[in-house]
Amino acid sequence: MADCNETLRELETFLDDELADDTRAAIQSHLGGCLDCLQAFDFHAELRTVISAKCQNDEMPPGLLSKIEKCFGEDFDGDGKIG
Amino acid sequence: MADQAEFAAEAMQYAPQLFSAAMRMTRNRADAEDLVQETYLKGYRSFHTFTEGTNLRAWLFRILTNTYINKYRAKQRRPDETELGDIEDLYLYKRISGVDIASRSAEDTLFDLFTDDEVKNALEALPESFRMPVLLADVEDFSYKEIAEMLDIPIGTVMSRLHRGRKAMHKALLDFATERGLLVREPEPDHQMTDG
Repeated sequence: MADCNETLRELETFLDDELADDTRAAIQSHLGGCLDCLQAFDFHAELRTVISAKCQNDEMPPGLLSKIEKCFGEDFDGDGKIG
Repeated sequence: MADQAEFAAEAMQYAPQLFSAAMRMTRNRADAEDLVQETYLKGYRSFHTFTEGTNLRAWLFRILTNTYINKYRAKQRRPDETELGDIEDLYLYKRISGVDIASRSAEDTLFDLFTDDEVKNALEALPESFRMPVLLADVEDFSYKEIAEMLDIPIGTVMSRLHRGRKAMHKALLDFATERGLLVREPEPDHQMTDG
């Protein structure tokens, strides 16, 4: 059973889904009984979702796709540039 | 062996993701467009080295990252690691949960607290050695191992840069929210007067 300090220390690794199974289980068990830690984890999980969503919505320049597709087969000398 | 017609059919779906990531890397639309185009050409040309059944998205991001590092990094070099100050753990959380959010309404969420541009700017302001791991982990959802391979750094370095980079990004977000008057800045604990 992990305490609050141990749990918060593993917050990032937990949210990154990179913890070993036994550590993960210990953290989950602590979160099940500790509202303070659970709120901190929920906040960071939500923040990550927000960051991801807001950093992925750039509009592509019109014509980029067709420019790329047109280049397939036209890169004669293989230097990564057309022609 | 993977053939090039298959590449054209399978790879284009990732273009919007690659373009957004390229924007965060280069911070410039023209460079981002060039970077994505070059990534696709390199992918097309070297698709015979792609192992079928493995992750095409990760393979493309690896090309994107390598191309960026080799081609654009020198041009945009910024001061590095020392630029990030020492920021305490859970920095943003401690401040947001401890203060009133001005004009907060019931439906307000973290999503509404920051604008798209603020989140992009907070990420793009990070020195590159922190920006790349944070982008690849928090936006693109790659594993430590994948990020370590893409950036050619040890997994322990990925983790420490994520830790410091995230804190700096969260601090930038807090500063944006404070500037817009959404948060009332809390006095720093060490500036508080004591009765003595």
